[in-house]
Order: sequence, then structure tokens, then C-alpha cells
Amino acid sequence: MTEIAKKRPVFRNINALKDLPTYRLPVAGWVSILHRVSGAVMFLLLPLIIWFFDVSVTSEISFSRFSSVFQVGVGFIPAWFVKLVVLGLIWSYLHHLCAGIRHLYMDTHHAVDKSFGHQSAVVTLAVSLGLTVILGAKLFGLY
Amino acid sequence: MSVNYGSKRIVVGAHYGLRDWLAQRVTAALMALFTLLVLAQVLLTKGDIGYDKWSGIFSSQWMKAITFTVILSLAYHAWVGMRDIWMDYIQPVAVRLVLQIFTLVWLIACMGWAIQVLWRL
Repeated sequence: MTEIAKKRPVFRNINALKDLPTYRLPVAGWVSILHRVSGAVMFLLLPLIIWFFDVSVTSEISFSRFSSVFQVGVGFIPAWFVKLVVLGLIWSYLHHLCAGIRHLYMDTHHAVDKSFGHQSAVVTLAVSLGLTVILGAKLFGLY
Repeated sequence: MSVNYGSKRIVVGAHYGLRDWLAQRVTAALMALFTLLVLAQVLLTKGDIGYDKWSGIFSSQWMKAITFTVILSLAYHAWVGMRDIWMDYIQPVAVRLVLQIFTLVWLIACMGWAIQVLWRL
């Protein structure tokens, strides 16, 4: 060992602002970071989710209040904003579920290769976004 | 033999991952199955979902027990996920500790509320 420890460079990842807009993330990378983002979004909106459960299940009166939140809003928050937030929650859950199932598949099948990673990522996005569109259309009263 | 007790006990680093890793997968599978269970009950009811049908799903004892398990599973699953996020992006230990405490309080409060709602039925 040398007497004086060599001064090693310290990487603090502050190139993130330069790299993030320029780096092309592969599809599997998008699925991965959105898996994390969707999880965090659901974590932050958890009180809202439980409030929906509470109001919808407690009594007939509270259930009609639950329905009215989606028709006329609550307090100063308009109904379309509530629906938008719920759409975000629907997407978060669907994406997290699909990407999670992809994770579980990769965990239980040890012979997973790069092309599977790409194909399964595309399928994940297709299924989650497709279901989000279908459920969102129902939510916004399109059918 | 390395010393690993008392003040020298290691609480970070290697060998502290397997339990939480597995718990996250198991709780995920449980919650996915629960989603299918609730979805099946909702889709197989004839006609519109009113208050009676919806609260009826959660009023049976076995459904309450399963939902209770899923609520606890969600707490553990979300804890591991958020702990990973803090661990990846927050290096200063004091800030990370505060955020982890906030996460636990947030999750425990939410779980308590959900369980309270469930047993009011």
C-alpha cells in the first residue's frame, strides 16, 4: 500500500441533467422506470384510495356521496379533475401490475434473454396502456 | 470468525436482502390473486353495481379475512419498494432516516384506516 492514498475521482451523478434528455432509454428501460414511478404514485395517493374505499362501502348515503364525487366533484375540486386523477391511478395500477408480472416471470424462468426483455416490455406497455384506454373511456362515460 | 454482534453487528449490506426480496414477490402474487377475486365478484354480479352489491362483497367473514391479509401484504410490499427508492436516490443518512420514518407512519396510518373501514361492515 502506498503511503498517501491516491485521490480517487468522486462521481456524484450530476451529469443526470445532461444525460437524461439525451440518452435513448430502451423500451425495457421505460417499463422499468415507469414501474418505479407508478409504485411511488400509488404510495402517495394511498390515502385517497382508502378514502374511496371508506366512502363507497360505509353506507348507502356515503355511497351516493362517492358517486357524486365523480359527477359534481368535492369541495372546490371539479369532477373532471377527480376523474383525471383516478385515470392516473388506473394507469399506475395496470402498469405496475403488468410490469410486476413480467418481473415474476423473469424471476421464475432463469433462461431469459435480451430479446425476451424487449418483447415482454412491448407487451407490457401494450396491455397496460390498452386497458387504461378501455377503462378510462368507461370512466369518462364514452360507453 | 468475524465479529457480528453487539456494536459490531452489521445491519446493512449483504445478507439483508433475501427476506424482503422474497416478501415483495409473494405479496405481489397475493395481491394479484386478490385483484382477480374482486374483479370476478364484480363482473359476475348481474346488473349495475350499487351499494348493496359492492359492500356485500366485503361483508362476509372470509372476504374480510382475505382483504385484511392483502392490506398487510400491501404495506410490506410498499415498504420494500419505497425503501428501495430512498436507498437509491438519497445518500445523506439523516434525510433518508426521516423519509423512511415518514413512509412507515404513512403506511401504518393508511393500513389502520383501511382495517377500521373493513370491520365497520
